[in-house]
Amino acid sequence: MAEFRMPSLGADMDEGTLLEWLVKPGDQVHKGDIVAVVDTAKAAVEVECFDSGVVSALLLEPGQRVPVGTPLAVIAPAGAVVAAPAAAPADRRRDRAKRSAPAAKRRAPAAGEPLPEPPAGPPPAGPPPAGPPPAKPPPARRPAVLSPLVRQLAGQKGVDLRQVRGTGPAGAVTRTDVESAAARGQRLRVSPFARRIAAELGTDLTTVRGTGVNGAIRAEDVRRAAGTNALPQAPPGGDGATAAGRLAGQPAQPPGRQGARPEAAPARQAAMRRAIANLMARSKREIPHYYLSTTIDLEQATQWLRRRNREMPVPARIVPAALLLKAAAVAAREVPQLNGFWVDDHFVPSERVHLGVAISLRGGGMVAPAIHDADRRTVADLMAQLRDLATRAREGRLRGSEMTDSTITVTNLGDRGVESVFGVIYPPQVALAGFGKVTKMPCAVGGLLGVRPQVTATLAADHRATDGYTGARYLEAAARLLQRPEEL
Amino acid sequence: MTPQQAREAVGQALKRAAPGSDIDAIDADADLRDAFDLDSLDFLNFVEILSDAWGHRIDEDDYDELATLSSCVRYLSAP
Repeated sequence: MAEFRMPSLGADMDEGTLLEWLVKPGDQVHKGDIVAVVDTAKAAVEVECFDSGVVSALLLEPGQRVPVGTPLAVIAPAGAVVAAPAAAPADRRRDRAKRSAPAAKRRAPAAGEPLPEPPAGPPPAGPPPAGPPPAKPPPARRPAVLSPLVRQLAGQKGVDLRQVRGTGPAGAVTRTDVESAAARGQRLRVSPFARRIAAELGTDLTTVRGTGVNGAIRAEDVRRAAGTNALPQAPPGGDGATAAGRLAGQPAQPPGRQGARPEAAPARQAAMRRAIANLMARSKREIPHYYLSTTIDLEQATQWLRRRNREMPVPARIVPAALLLKAAAVAAREVPQLNGFWVDDHFVPSERVHLGVAISLRGGGMVAPAIHDADRRTVADLMAQLRDLATRAREGRLRGSEMTDSTITVTNLGDRGVESVFGVIYPPQVALAGFGKVTKMPCAVGGLLGVRPQVTATLAADHRATDGYTGARYLEAAARLLQRPEEL
Repeated sequence: MTPQQAREAVGQALKRAAPGSDIDAIDADADLRDAFDLDSLDFLNFVEILSDAWGHRIDEDDYDELATLSSCVRYLSAP
């Protein structure tokens, strides 16, 4: 019986808010499946589970903020039979010891353990018809006992059992209760995350068909609906407004039924700023940075891209940034002393190159999610990954592994604007490569003055892990690789 | 495309490529990348959407023609 816990999604995360469940009790899950959306100070992140099996209980309601490590769900080994009646979280903990068969599982859409005790909920009027008597009164609105049949029916009808007043013994919900609830028409159930996205996109939630637990509307549903409906209403110009609209949602939210309101945009901006501040301050406090810089000729690369893009349909076009990222990743493989982590006073190299890519969130901070195995991907694949990552970063749909796996990071700040960027390393990584803007510069070509596209590549590296000589090899490798773009 | 259609197509494409951008809020001769903070990926999205709406391929060599709203309209509505 594995517990799925609030993951740490970066060195700067202490706690997170559960925004949305993407699974429900009874669902089969596999290691690596995305099971929930968690809000950190920086972004909404899709988190994967680390076990395979069947979701036997969700322990936390969307909208609650809990420390890293708090159990969020229970995942039972696959093949176990789902049969046990619901129990309040308190009971769950209590009778864990007594449980004889591992197959004894809880399907309760259980509220989280961090939930406060219900305010003196009325004790059950009589003994429940089945199962061990709960040691404490269950939280209000939670039926004391649910038969599997009732649960199944509710699932079919898309009725949220927590919203149904039971008329059976001890307030138990009966089939009739479920059917009449279904007939009344279910109330709109919307995850806090979906609500935020809907506000952002200007989507009318009553027009959205939910596919979540008990028909709850999930962010995905809103996006799908928005894609077929109107475009988002543009907030009046300006970077800040754009950033807020893209990432953080609008401050004016209809109150969520589940009580969880996303933080207002300014608060989110402030939280993200704080998270970045803490991490960067730690980096500069702990890491003795050294910096190197070199100018790389991109004539070959530019021509190769131009030829290639002319033959390709527009969606398959590759931007120079993708080529730069590929070179940065392959160079990291060639100079493994820069690819890995500084942990407990020594360097731990990484076998694989997971390239963190700094993505600006339009005036609203930044994130640096990873492209896994970037050195082994083709440039076209890397381009597709980059587009996908940028889109998801800005929509708040990054995955947990993307937030934590980077072994070296690249910032391409100069896509527009500046010539060079000297970055601050993301601890516990030991290096950060930077590319400035690709510009046409005068330079010596075959003894004559020529004008060619060039880029300034930089490296910020941790002097505890490497010396300047190693860093220089990295930039040399990147420069060499970019002279043969067709081989990248 | 008529100039009016071109203007609308540009507006729609920008809204999709960079949610929140509003062409009515900017000068017709302002640089679109600067005005809406488009990076190369955003701009590619913009071109892709615009190319679809227009029904013709837009080559990279023509990107300069798409620098501003008025140049976009000229480019798309050229006979």
